[in-house]
Amino acid sequence: MSSWFLLFYEFFKIGLFSVGGGLATLPFLYKLADKYDWFSQTMVANMVAVSESTPGPLGVNMATYIGFQFGGPLGAVIATAGLLFPSVVIIIIISKFLQKFRDNSHVSDVFYMLRPAVTGLIATAGFSVILDAIFHVNKITQISVDNFLSLFGVKECILFAVILFLTNKFNKHPVFYIAIGAAIGIIFAF
Amino acid sequence: MKELWQLFISFCRIGAFTFGGGYAMLPMLKKEVVDKRGWATEDEILDYFAIGQCTPGIIFVNTATFVGCKRKGTLGGIAATVGGVFPSLIIITVIAAVLNNFAELPTVQHAFGAIRVVVGVLILNAVVGMWKKSVVDKICAVIAVVAFILSAFLGLSPAWVVLGAGSLGAVLPLLKGVGGK
Repeated sequence: MSSWFLLFYEFFKIGLFSVGGGLATLPFLYKLADKYDWFSQTMVANMVAVSESTPGPLGVNMATYIGFQFGGPLGAVIATAGLLFPSVVIIIIISKFLQKFRDNSHVSDVFYMLRPAVTGLIATAGFSVILDAIFHVNKITQISVDNFLSLFGVKECILFAVILFLTNKFNKHPVFYIAIGAAIGIIFAF
Repeated sequence: MKELWQLFISFCRIGAFTFGGGYAMLPMLKKEVVDKRGWATEDEILDYFAIGQCTPGIIFVNTATFVGCKRKGTLGGIAATVGGVFPSLIIITVIAAVLNNFAELPTVQHAFGAIRVVVGVLILNAVVGMWKKSVVDKICAVIAVVAFILSAFLGLSPAWVVLGAGSLGAVLPLLKGVGGK
């Protein structure tokens, strides 16, 4: 299989299975980082910050970035095209019988189960990001009782608690907190 | 042809000026598509959003495809979609190229070290928000927790979790019988 086709195919799969917006692509991207050496899981977390701080939908930005890492501008286009292809086809079909789709009780039954599952999947991605950011490991299997405390980043934990408090107290745009994070990271040498 | 170009340009503008995707795009969509062009009503946009949320893919992109299809059929859908992602492609390609050159600098690494903590908080908040919206009863709570365990600790591919939960949703009403829910 040509490597361009592989890139397209992997993002086609992500586009087909990520239901519920940009963040839903995260668990798939983590899995992808695991499967190939195109990019690391740490890069996924960095890229979420860049995607949140630049215009455009998060999922598209992530695909473009990873595609670029894979193979420059052409890679960016191929990954993005792969991501979008399934949804464009599906929406073009649905738009022809829109009302029937909305009123179909089977559709709502499926999504009644699907939404909580997607919540669980995104929680997994969040869990990986937090492990990587706070415990300095990016694989859950690396944690054992012996090394648990030595991996624990004190600065990171304090920052985590402060940002958690601020985000829930003030409803500012994510870019605002990412900028604060960048400044604190530079000042306190994270 | 002219309207295809307009679809491309309008969604280009929306893609270039909204941050973060999802519901953040609604005000800009409304301004461009409803107020300025009259391509769809506000209710239609909300419908597109609702369907975009429960079909595969990026919600904003799905909405763009819908509006384009409504105006100009399949070609319109493609024109609006390509327009919507065009700014992202350019901006992210430039940023990726720049970042790759500066990623090794200690300052950049320190900045991203802390930024990753912030991203962890942002995702945690998103999960809490999604939990409140999507977990409406005990069955949903079980599904969410099982999905988490399967993917986080057993390494199951997210695709299988999505397929499994979707199939469960399809057969559950049958299992519960007529009086269920």
